[in-house]
Amino acid sequence: MKWLVTFFETGVGKKLLMGFTGLFLILFLVVHLVGNLQLLKDDGGEAFNTYAHFMTTNPLIKVIAYGNYFFLLLHAFVGISLAIYNRKAKGKRNAVAFKNPRVTWASQNMALLGMLILAFLFMHMGDFWFKMKTGQLNVVDYGNGEVKDLFSAVSASFKELWIVIAYVIGQIVLAYHLWHGFQSAFQSLGVNHIKYTPFIKQFGKWYSILIPLGFAILPLYYYFFK
Amino acid sequence: MGLNLKLKVWRQKNNKDEGHFEDYQVKADEDMSFLEMLDVLNEELVHEKKEPVAFEHDCREGICGACSLVINGRPHGPNAATTTCQLHMRHFKDGQTIVIEPFRASTFPVIKDLVVDRSALDRIIQAGGFVSVNTGQAPDGNSIPIEKNRAEHSFESAACIGCGACVAACPNGSAALFTSAKIRHLGLLPQGKVEEGTRVANMVAQMNKEGFGMCSNIGACEAECPKEITLQNIAYMKRAYIKATFSGE
Ligand code: SF4
Ligand code: FES
Repeated sequence: MKWLVTFFETGVGKKLLMGFTGLFLILFLVVHLVGNLQLLKDDGGEAFNTYAHFMTTNPLIKVIAYGNYFFLLLHAFVGISLAIYNRKAKGKRNAVAFKNPRVTWASQNMALLGMLILAFLFMHMGDFWFKMKTGQLNVVDYGNGEVKDLFSAVSASFKELWIVIAYVIGQIVLAYHLWHGFQSAFQSLGVNHIKYTPFIKQFGKWYSILIPLGFAILPLYYYFFK
Repeated sequence: MGLNLKLKVWRQKNNKDEGHFEDYQVKADEDMSFLEMLDVLNEELVHEKKEPVAFEHDCREGICGACSLVINGRPHGPNAATTTCQLHMRHFKDGQTIVIEPFRASTFPVIKDLVVDRSALDRIIQAGGFVSVNTGQAPDGNSIPIEKNRAEHSFESAACIGCGACVAACPNGSAALFTSAKIRHLGLLPQGKVEEGTRVANMVAQMNKEGFGMCSNIGACEAECPKEITLQNIAYMKRAYIKATFSGE
């Protein structure tokens, strides 16, 4: 097993972890957004609550959810330790800092962006996930048994200006993180080829704008139009 | 004609010294190379019985990788695909202030002024070991067929002169671009393919042991490399290293 330890001691091994966990989280975001879009349905929360009930009770989803928490924490832990290591490896910096236009700002600030996302997640989880798990919510029945009324909690939160602002900022930060992260994940797996890398990069840019935009629309919609 | 330049040059007696910037005035000619401009400065300093500025150079034709310098924040100065020795003073303006610093990375300790110790890169090469070839008679040319594209790509990687500008440009102080260029250069050729697994494993391990940063795909190296080595080399290294780890004998 020493060979495996050696592998994960190198940058190649660590970044392979970052790439795989990152791609998993990228997939997760899509699923999460598709579910959240149920909030746009004008049915008093039935579709959303039914979906939330399914997501928290289906055994397969539960397993994936635990995998998701684990990958998220692993991604954060390895990412932060990489940033600390790299800061030391660089040591003293040049007095004149030159910004090459070919280098994105996001790529140099991934750890900072990631930590902001983590802070956002704590807030987000405390807000909804915690309430969902600890039974602070009312229950409603749409004819298929009782489900928790997460919808009311969400729509009430999205009436608070500071929460709406926090969510929008959280999504902007996420967009920057993905701007570098999406294509970087492929490079970390060794996937880089003139045939398809331009497509990955282009797709990644669209992804990093559209997904956070989709999330950000929900609090804004509730705040202004509900 | 000629340029009047203000220089801010990093001076540091030795590795223990703190180091500081020193201001100089120098008259240079547009046709001089950057190093020739420094030669002029040093002649004046010697004339004034002052210590000349230490900097590295050898071939002065862009092929040896000895010259270094961070010029106004950029390794090898402002021009793309140009080493410091091939950088000409016509790219600077009269009256301009030029800040000259050493390559910075914790793995490149300053020896004196602008000279840093880049021997860590040599040790990565050494860790790569050997390439098996038959000795004896000189082989016939083209006796080993190599596909044209392979040869071209290998040659692109072989263009790396081992200057370490990639390490200096990298905010993480990573040597991934350099190491990967060496790995891909040999790995694409039939002669180098034989020992590729052990070579990659050893070179990556050595890179780690030296304390170079871990590549996070920023791409500053690629943007500053005087030989235009690309990030595709790093992806190649990753594939080769993953392969060597999980399927090597
Ligand atoms: S990859 Fe480029 S910058 Fe790095 S050592 Fe080779 S030639 Fe110099
Ligand atoms: S002195 Fe040889 S490359 Fe510049």
